[in-house]
Amino acid sequence: MSDTVVSIENLAVTFATDAGDVTAVDGVSLSVARGEVLAIVGESGSGKTVTAKTILGLLPETATADGAVYLGTRDGSGESNVITLDKRQLRAVRGRDVAMVFQEPSTALNPVYTVGWQIAEGLRAHGTYSKRQARAKAIDILGRVGIPDPASRVDYYPHQFSGGQKQRVVIAMALVLDPGLIVADEPTTALDVTVQAEILDLLRRCRDEFGTAIVLITHNMGVVADLADRVAVMYEGKVVEEADAITLFSNPQDEYTKRLLAAVPHVGQGTVHAASRAEGRALDWAEQKPVVLAEGLHISYPGRLGRPAFVAVDGVDLEIRAGEVLGLVGESGSGKTTIGRAIAGLTRVTGGSLSVLGHEMRGMKERHFKPVRSEIGFVFQDPASSFNPLLTIADCVAEPLIIHHYASSAADARARVNELLEAVQLPSAYGDRYPHELSGGQRQRASLARALALKPSLLIADEPTSALDVSVQARVLELFAELQREFGFAALFISHDLAVVDLVADRIAVLYKGKLVEEGTGLEVLGAPRHPYTQRLLASLPVPDPREQAERREALARLRGAD
Amino acid sequence: MREFWGRLPVIHQLRQSVGLQRGMLVTGLVITGVFLLTALLAPLLAPYGFGQLRADGVAFGAQQPPSSAHPLGTTVGGYDVLSRVIWGAQTAIFVIVVAVLLSIFAGVLLGLVSGYFGGTLDRILVVVCDAIYAFPSLLLAIVMSIVISGGESNLIGGVLAAAISITVVFIPQYFRVIRAETVRIKAEAYVESAKVLGASNARVMFRHVLRNATRTLPLIFTLNASEAILTLAGLGFLGFGIEPTSAAEWGYDLNKSLSDVTSGIWWTALFPGLAIVLVVLGITLVGESLNDLADPRLRGRRASEQAPGTVAEISVVPGGALTAGPGGLGGLEPTAMLGDEGREAQA
Repeated sequence: MSDTVVSIENLAVTFATDAGDVTAVDGVSLSVARGEVLAIVGESGSGKTVTAKTILGLLPETATADGAVYLGTRDGSGESNVITLDKRQLRAVRGRDVAMVFQEPSTALNPVYTVGWQIAEGLRAHGTYSKRQARAKAIDILGRVGIPDPASRVDYYPHQFSGGQKQRVVIAMALVLDPGLIVADEPTTALDVTVQAEILDLLRRCRDEFGTAIVLITHNMGVVADLADRVAVMYEGKVVEEADAITLFSNPQDEYTKRLLAAVPHVGQGTVHAASRAEGRALDWAEQKPVVLAEGLHISYPGRLGRPAFVAVDGVDLEIRAGEVLGLVGESGSGKTTIGRAIAGLTRVTGGSLSVLGHEMRGMKERHFKPVRSEIGFVFQDPASSFNPLLTIADCVAEPLIIHHYASSAADARARVNELLEAVQLPSAYGDRYPHELSGGQRQRASLARALALKPSLLIADEPTSALDVSVQARVLELFAELQREFGFAALFISHDLAVVDLVADRIAVLYKGKLVEEGTGLEVLGAPRHPYTQRLLASLPVPDPREQAERREALARLRGAD
Repeated sequence: MREFWGRLPVIHQLRQSVGLQRGMLVTGLVITGVFLLTALLAPLLAPYGFGQLRADGVAFGAQQPPSSAHPLGTTVGGYDVLSRVIWGAQTAIFVIVVAVLLSIFAGVLLGLVSGYFGGTLDRILVVVCDAIYAFPSLLLAIVMSIVISGGESNLIGGVLAAAISITVVFIPQYFRVIRAETVRIKAEAYVESAKVLGASNARVMFRHVLRNATRTLPLIFTLNASEAILTLAGLGFLGFGIEPTSAAEWGYDLNKSLSDVTSGIWWTALFPGLAIVLVVLGITLVGESLNDLADPRLRGRRASEQAPGTVAEISVVPGGALTAGPGGLGGLEPTAMLGDEGREAQA
């Protein structure tokens, strides 16, 4: 019985694209032992997903793979080189020897079949099971991944489960044939941080109880610290460093690994910065009229025929003063984005009062609000889609200047555009490029330039860094803080990541199910959280240090036990 | 210069294509090219005029079999078949251009407004378009042609009648496509971002939405062009076409040759029919290939040229090629070793 489940030797993968050949993976050698969790970390484009997909033979037709991927069977009786297998043999290997857990559980499940049927489908592909046997096995596995009441839940459809439960079902599908190896591609990226902690617990149990080895692909160093035994860091298609988790985090060798770890934001970093800013403020600052003032803000979306309206924001009071950064934190569905959109006039206010720059937003008319718009900048979450793909960056940045009649044409505004691009540290020559010719971080910086074009007194940033890699995120956040110092705008910074908000915000507001549960300075909210939800949110956030994370995990378990 | 050519719509796709897709596209382009040239050079190519019945005072005679004077014979009405087929290309082009121009502007504008503003106007327009879909398009075209020309059929009147009747059928297609794209693009972040900046509706619609919504238009254009020819031929065949003295029209000729087929006169029906089939086939091939090439998932690609494994196996390097590692064989450019056939074989 051999000790390794999979060994990758000198793997190279090349893709044929319209722009010529692109080498995604270049001479990677890795191996995973039985019952071990190997994390492959790296930024987007580093080849980590391609490497993992090669293990399942899931490469698209345009890819050419070279090297060897030896995959052992569960009992260790044999092994096969995945790269040389034909389609029929690959089908036999998938599910039996290796299974996959996908990033987005809501798209990995077929919405028109019950979860029981989908689990049984995997069974039927690899042996003869009667309907009764398959069902019994499905119920058993659902129970083991922690779905309550599996005997009746087996007949549920995917939409009847929550996001975290769906990911549990996906993991159950992967485990049902008891494979020796699970490839988990960003298994928690689409989930909220509290749910993420539960799924990580489940994956740890997969290793401990089922003895399954896991190849974990992620960009989140906290997740790595929480789960991984060994870590391989990939950069530009190569493995730059490989070490066990504790060594890697405490003593990184490679220059790139060091940079990557340094870029990860920690909770508590921003406190000093916020305190020094608070000291520098004028004495009458607190008495000034706030830029944004919400009192009992209530926003609901009309329901479908016969259904009640969906309440997204329910009685929120908050205020943003001039030159202050308010961080708004919450999980998906907590209403944080809705508040941002309401302030920008993109969503109608249905109750309470919201005053933006002295303008009441409830029942506002676009005609009256238009002049105020030049005072508001908005940075969107996804830099890839917030630029018109047919206009150059300079044209896009010039748009606000043209709309508010500061310039007659894009050419006329070019001098000002160049200044703005310089302010966000982009060479002015980038103005002539199209959005797709820029990287994610560069696009988000151009997005900042556009938002700041009219020198607004209020900036709304809706998850501006969540689509970016961690090292790029660090630079964008730095730039944001710098620009805020320079331009002195007030800002609403929306994020799901406590550590990110802590870095830039003066005050933090925590939203939970449309209600504001806690508000205060970073020191108050993150240092001594009062509301149980904030406590759980903070405890669920994995930190990039395996030893500390192990302690935190126990603390979280205690907190959950106390609930 | 090469850069400029590479950006032109069809040439860009031709460069991208490989294998069967390229074959389809090239075939379509050649047929369409021949069709366009024929239409353009009809006065030079055709031996006689479309309405000509006699040369040098001598009548052609009806239903003459192919001969040196009439390579494709003459029709029952005494016209030269070859000349009628060649001139027919010109009529077809006229109708396509007028029909598509009319429907594209109306359809795109309606779709844009309807999709962008939504609401009651949108509902009404969608219902009207669905209602038009519910009619058989030919029936609708016949009705329109009666309404427009009222039986009169000179060149302009006949072409316009045919084109407008086709337009009525096509507007809903352009409307639907542009409306669907507009509804999708309306939710994109860059449209929202323009709204946040305070841009007016007209500016958002024309600067940000319209240009991004028109990507699929060339595809519908080619598919509709072939449908326009079929509708025109159908109208002509049913007797709602253009008089032979006004213009040559393939559908009309087919109609007149109905009785010939049973009496063994094949040339009067075969050639106009063939012309219709070939032109429709050519334009459809171009349209379908463009459609496939526009979608990266449907587009075939050349297999990767840098196939390190193959190189390592077939090249004899002292000390063993494997130690050099994949992609590390600097001097052994695979392109130099494998000719085009070699690359095709790997595909």
